[in-house]
Amino acid sequence: MTMTFSDSDDKTLGSKANGQDTPPPELDMEQELRSYRDMLLIRRFEEKAGQLYGMGKIGGFCHLYIGQEAVVVGMQMAIKEGDQVITTYRDHGHMLACGMEARGVMSELTGRASGYSHGKGGSMHMFSKEKKFYGGHGIVGAAVPLGTGLAFANKYRGNDNLCLTYFGDGAANQGQVYEAFNMAKLWDIPVIYIIENNRYAMGTSVERSSSTTELYKRGLSFGIPGYRVDGMDVRAVKAAADMAVKHVRSGNGPIILEMVTYRYRGHSMSDPAKYRSRDEVNKVRDEQDPIAMVRTRLLKKGAVTEEDLKVIDKEIRGVINEAAAFSQETPEPEPSELYTDILK
Amino acid sequence: MSISVLMPALSPTMEEGKLAKWLVKEGDAVAAGDVIAEIETDKATMEVEAVDEGKVGKILVDAGTDNVKVNTPIALILEEGEDSVSAQPDSAIPTPQVAKTESPVPAAPVMAVAPVKVAPANDPSIPQGTKMVSLTLREALRDAMAEEMRLDKDIFVMGEEVAEYQGAYKVTQGLLEEFGPERVIDTPITEHGFAGIAVGAAYAGLKPIVEFMTWNFAMQAIDQIINSAAKTLYMSGGQMGAQMVFRGPNGVASRVGAQHSQDFSAWYASVPGLKVLAPFDGQDAKGLLKAAIRDPNPVVFLEHELMYGTSFDIPDMDDFVLPIGKASILREGSDVTLVSYSRGLTYCLEAAEKLAAEGIDAEIINLRTLRPLDMDTILASVKKTNRIITVEEGWPVCSIGTEICASVTQAAFDYLDAPPTQVSGEDVPMPYAANLEKLALPTVDKVIAAAKSVCYKS
Repeated sequence: MTMTFSDSDDKTLGSKANGQDTPPPELDMEQELRSYRDMLLIRRFEEKAGQLYGMGKIGGFCHLYIGQEAVVVGMQMAIKEGDQVITTYRDHGHMLACGMEARGVMSELTGRASGYSHGKGGSMHMFSKEKKFYGGHGIVGAAVPLGTGLAFANKYRGNDNLCLTYFGDGAANQGQVYEAFNMAKLWDIPVIYIIENNRYAMGTSVERSSSTTELYKRGLSFGIPGYRVDGMDVRAVKAAADMAVKHVRSGNGPIILEMVTYRYRGHSMSDPAKYRSRDEVNKVRDEQDPIAMVRTRLLKKGAVTEEDLKVIDKEIRGVINEAAAFSQETPEPEPSELYTDILK
Repeated sequence: MSISVLMPALSPTMEEGKLAKWLVKEGDAVAAGDVIAEIETDKATMEVEAVDEGKVGKILVDAGTDNVKVNTPIALILEEGEDSVSAQPDSAIPTPQVAKTESPVPAAPVMAVAPVKVAPANDPSIPQGTKMVSLTLREALRDAMAEEMRLDKDIFVMGEEVAEYQGAYKVTQGLLEEFGPERVIDTPITEHGFAGIAVGAAYAGLKPIVEFMTWNFAMQAIDQIINSAAKTLYMSGGQMGAQMVFRGPNGVASRVGAQHSQDFSAWYASVPGLKVLAPFDGQDAKGLLKAAIRDPNPVVFLEHELMYGTSFDIPDMDDFVLPIGKASILREGSDVTLVSYSRGLTYCLEAAEKLAAEGIDAEIINLRTLRPLDMDTILASVKKTNRIITVEEGWPVCSIGTEICASVTQAAFDYLDAPPTQVSGEDVPMPYAANLEKLALPTVDKVIAAAKSVCYKS
């Protein structure tokens, strides 16, 4: 079998990732508005989570998704009912994008019985079988075989669903990722691997952790095609997702999308922020913010007015404030819950 | 002087086999490397090659003979100048045969394992008058999987060499032919990866049976077993878990050294969210594996390589399932309780016979399930005998034995007439040398000595 791989720039989708200024296909107004709304919901949710963490309402580890919203929102726009989603521990955005309720997610963060895991999972371990969100996994790299297994089940059952399996640039160096790649291609499992390359695994940059930094080529030796995508531009993400979904649903097996993205906040809440400069963060925020870009486009095209957007902003703030209040008012799990759900 | 050709071992655990076919006849000249015979066991076949030049003087074991013990002379080769077998064969010459074997492990001398004769357990789940069939433990395991797979299409088997090779230890023999490659899946040698894929498939509602070629290799996958399979039901607030079985040979093997010879029972038995089963005999193997496959939780199923070839009577029933979490009493007695699991029970059974001759009546408990432990059965026995000895092949520190001894001390202190006592493997990595390997394991004598000690008899 021959297959050409992504050495050339034409495999690099999006304007910023390859340094070229070739704009991705436009979204229609409805899609732009949906992405704006979905990304803003994640942004506001994460800001609130950060605030509650600072107040001591959320414990443990808390990894915020701010800056990376276009990735999960763009991907989600390309999939259909029955497709599964799984990711690692920076998972709040994925849950909201899957349609899980903000109040349920926030209540899990505050460790309440009304949380998705009844307060027994926390930020890194949350699930909604109903929404086909399979976690929320705290072990770096572990979600990759798991997602491959979810997709395996689709093939086993003969349906045409696929699994979006997200992981980061840090996980991309884990051995089990390559074990999964090998079997995924060997058996042509319907899985899309999305590497969210936010440039830092905790505080270690991709350059300092990876012998080769073109992560989209990491499937090359297994015969898995890969593409690098501007993960700050929801249009590019959506276009790549459409292409990848088509590839996988047609029975071609797995595909890799490396989303070049950036997190504005620290790795977790206790990040010393010594490994990168404030200028670097500000530059991305000023020039590439995924939400600001959609906002600008919407206004420029005259599709909406500032007032229209303010209405959306206000509505989302309402949802988040309600979730935050709910997450602090509802009770902690009963002590008897300590010994429930260990075994069925 | 003539050279005797001895019955070779195909694997470290082979004790006997069938001499399937002679490819030479008396009087034939043979050169080194010539294939002279074929032998087979229930697990594999192999060719026997001549190592020296000579002439086949006498064939001592006819083709088609079953149960030929390893190291039995099967033929005599005459050296140059000899024309008869009148001379006594030089039995001092070590087995000169080269084993061409398909076994995954190198041929090696065999550690004698006492054949186990166990009276059928008086299990209430077996109706009176049920016909019994004799099956090897590996056949019982295979039948358990096949029966469940016929009932439920969501069940599949995956692992290294489970399909075309028919199982590294032949436990999955015949499954590929019956269920096809979609349900009997050969994996690459990537335990971490395929264990994770199986857990993901279980999240989606399938019921995987993951075979580890041995549990030693599952160390590569232990993160997926514990972090992804065992904890998810809890972490998801009961929304989803992993109904699946992780199975394969566990415990000591024979002459394979430290990395291939280890009992992981205590490791897995310490993990909430797992059930851990360790069958001893064929009934356990079949009844417990069927129960494990049906159980909605992740189940760690610890088989014993050295027991795979042992035959047991198994009830010929449509659906023989044993309860998880329930120990069985293999032998009733009044003086001392011997608690063990898996192959540890072979020492107990033999020790009990010898102790009986000395007037000590031992009760033997087969744990069957290591998590959750059936403390009710153990405590009831201790309250009767007032003495307990735990027997296991694994290490002594933080073991199944220490757990039971501690629990019994707490729950039945006033009933004890002697300190709860452990017999276990030694606290060392498993050595290779035959003599050291023996020293590292429990023995019948150690069990007898412990029993006498707690009965204050010398």
